[in-house]
Amino acid sequence: MAAREIALTPRTGTLPAAALRLHDLVVTTDHKKLGLMYVGAGLVFFVVAGLLASVMRLQLAAPNNEVVSPQVFNRLFTMHGTTMVFLVGMPIIAGMMNYLVPLMIGARDMAFPRLNAFGFWMFFFGGLLLYFSYLAAPGITGAGSAPNVGWFAYSPLTARAFSRGHSTDYWTLSLLVSGVGSIASAINVIATAVSLRCKGMTMMRLPLFVWLSIVTSFMILLALSPLSAAQIMLLLDRFLGARFFDTQAGGSAVLWQHFFWIFGHPEVYILIIPAFACLSEIIPVFSRKPIFGYPIMVAAVVMIAFISLGVWAHHMFTIGMPSVGNIFFATSTFLVAVPTGIKIFNWLGTMYGGKLRFEPPMLFCIGFLFQFLIAGLTGVMLGMAPFDWQLHDSYFVVAHFHYTLVGAFLFGIFAGIYYWYPKAVGRLLDRRLGIWHFWLLVIGFHLTFDPQHFAGFLGMPRRIYTYEEGRGWEVYNLISSVGVVAQAAGIMLFVVNLVRSYWKGEPAGEDPWDAWTLEWATTSPPPEYNFETLPVVRSSRPLWDLKHPEDPDWKYE
Amino acid sequence: MPSRVLSYGTRAPAPALLVGAIYAVAPDQVTNIFEPLSTPADSVYRAALLALAVCAAIFVTVIVLLIYAIVRFRCRPGDDASEPPQIYGSNQIELAWTVLPILIVVVLILVAARTIADVEGYPQPPDALKVTAVGRQWWWEFRYPDLGIVTANELHVPVSESGRRQVTFLTLESADVIHSFWVPQLAGKTDLIPNRVNRMWIEPRQAGTYLGNCAEYCGTQHAKMRLRVIAHPPEEFAGWVASQRSPAAEDPQASAGRDLFLSTSCVNCHAVQGTSAKGTFGPDLTHLMSRETLGSGAAPNNPEKLRAWVRNPQAIKEGCLMPAMQLSDQELDQIVAYLLTLK
Repeated sequence: MAAREIALTPRTGTLPAAALRLHDLVVTTDHKKLGLMYVGAGLVFFVVAGLLASVMRLQLAAPNNEVVSPQVFNRLFTMHGTTMVFLVGMPIIAGMMNYLVPLMIGARDMAFPRLNAFGFWMFFFGGLLLYFSYLAAPGITGAGSAPNVGWFAYSPLTARAFSRGHSTDYWTLSLLVSGVGSIASAINVIATAVSLRCKGMTMMRLPLFVWLSIVTSFMILLALSPLSAAQIMLLLDRFLGARFFDTQAGGSAVLWQHFFWIFGHPEVYILIIPAFACLSEIIPVFSRKPIFGYPIMVAAVVMIAFISLGVWAHHMFTIGMPSVGNIFFATSTFLVAVPTGIKIFNWLGTMYGGKLRFEPPMLFCIGFLFQFLIAGLTGVMLGMAPFDWQLHDSYFVVAHFHYTLVGAFLFGIFAGIYYWYPKAVGRLLDRRLGIWHFWLLVIGFHLTFDPQHFAGFLGMPRRIYTYEEGRGWEVYNLISSVGVVAQAAGIMLFVVNLVRSYWKGEPAGEDPWDAWTLEWATTSPPPEYNFETLPVVRSSRPLWDLKHPEDPDWKYE
Repeated sequence: MPSRVLSYGTRAPAPALLVGAIYAVAPDQVTNIFEPLSTPADSVYRAALLALAVCAAIFVTVIVLLIYAIVRFRCRPGDDASEPPQIYGSNQIELAWTVLPILIVVVLILVAARTIADVEGYPQPPDALKVTAVGRQWWWEFRYPDLGIVTANELHVPVSESGRRQVTFLTLESADVIHSFWVPQLAGKTDLIPNRVNRMWIEPRQAGTYLGNCAEYCGTQHAKMRLRVIAHPPEEFAGWVASQRSPAAEDPQASAGRDLFLSTSCVNCHAVQGTSAKGTFGPDLTHLMSRETLGSGAAPNNPEKLRAWVRNPQAIKEGCLMPAMQLSDQELDQIVAYLLTLK
């Protein structure tokens, strides 16, 4: 064969610019591009899941409403839950870790750039697979559509006898596929943070964001693996007649619950710890003080991770566990409150004595603190096993986990997006729109989710497509539905802000917030190689040391 | 001990505000977990009050600190650009807010353990009424093994009186997927799981109807898998038992409907004791008209709704497993006339 020239760049002459950019996104292994693609795809799925939720709230606004049929409603809440956890939460945290960890530790990329791209595309196509079910699941039998078994898909609802067609198979396969992506990205984050730290960046000088990313990634490894195993077992059940979960053939319905929640509960912490990570970077900068008690903040999150692996059966207090089991899991659940409390108090300690600047990132952090506190306390109530016998599977639980995942997780992520958007894009998000976004979201959030606690106290079970009059649930459901309008308005402003500021935002410069970690030491957006020369650090706030040579941090370490 | 539990009626002031907020809507039929009317629900209620009080105290403390920090340390317009003192932490303070929560946690654990022991460890008295509840998509079957009664969707039990306690012990099973038995004023919920036997008990101390729902998502009509528990004074309960044990009514005027009923596929799923209808897939219809509702609470049980239900159950409870039987109007009239005799 004749020798050929090696083409170093794609042939640019024939392709339009848009196709080139698309080509670039498809083949890129740059951690920053992949990070933004993760966050971008997550936000698109977020809007979709929000629309699903809006239809549900429309249906529940009044008793005996007939906006959608029961079958459609059951698909709505299944798709909403699955999307929010696996296609919104997971990619957004993966994206933020991807974007920020190498920059914060002074590295040029992730340890395994191609694994990184692989992880993204697994997630992306896993997500498309889930939504493809709307078209394809009916198959030739016409029995089925999108999954309708709830986001935790309790067996034996997923057995062939109760779930005909292929809707459950789409659910299983899409989670299996996107789960592989999550595991790949977790391995990558750990390898990067452990082996690519710049000179002087010891473990105890890592920004807390990186510490928390490591912990989250370990939890992903430990939690996603049993989930993937369970998904494979379910596929074996459905296609090869294995009998793990098929109760009609002697399988165990409770076994699935154990598998699912040994993933499912750590999953809550997998999502919330990156939000903690955002707070741990943002609160110090906007309080103008270092994080209060760095070592105990690290210890607390490691404790949370350990304990959270031993609390899963608090989702199962009503399955008739032996009393000893109930007491054990109530105990472990209460124990999580201790390190979590430490974190809240240390953030308060950071604010105390500082000079607080209420820019949008800080506003979202304060919203987080307020809502996460309530979420934690309702969590303590649910951990009280006997109280849980009443509250379990009621609207109180719906309110509780939306407090954690919207009131806390999403607020933390929004804080992070307002904080790091200027780094990624080179332009600041509009401050006024940001403040409007914050307040509309706060008002909408509380209107929607506060009343649901009371509906739960009054005995309203979750996952019902309709309810009768006279149980006292009407008013709470109506308020709850009204709140969606304010939330949707807030999110719309956020999207407008993201798009508009991309072209018209105020130029950010390298370091718009006067911050202290390494990502602010390079240009905005950073070049593909991140740093011209790799930095050398002497403390956990290298930019503070640069800005205050008279009083550097390393003197106190 | 039992009398103390039963006489428990005063409400601690702590959640008064909360409960007030709930009463503000004045529902016709409350299923408020803070208004327990049965011993296990009382135990849960007391544990719940403690959890609420502890959480409220923590909430107030932290919120006061948060608001104080926000107000006191906010950046004011005239402030100079200097940085505040850089504080890295304090071992004493951090130790304090580690130890205090641990103490609170210990208290909560002890209360939880005691309540769990009270409710789950309660031994079944020999005179307890025994009922087997079977969850089905999407209705409830209730069997009284000692009394030979089979009924559906409405559980009848005797009331417990202070002089004469009467406890009902439920054996919970499922014929298909997981369901959960939840009547908030009587007890916390317990799941009905296929291939597994669970137990729970109730002890209502006021006569009347208690509402509840299936609390575990169980498929299309989870929402209309409603539940009623009807508590009777002892004599009334004895009367109910006697009427349920009587054979199915044989009204000669409804014989046309009866023959039609027995010759269609109704009998594949439904049973009427003493006839050739022996299906077990759907509710036992022997005393259908003694029930308040149709379709597990989907509609009130009156002649008009019964006719609509038999004509097309899917219009009342979309997705339920009873198909429309495509009966002519005359056939409908006859079958409904027969069903109406099953008192």
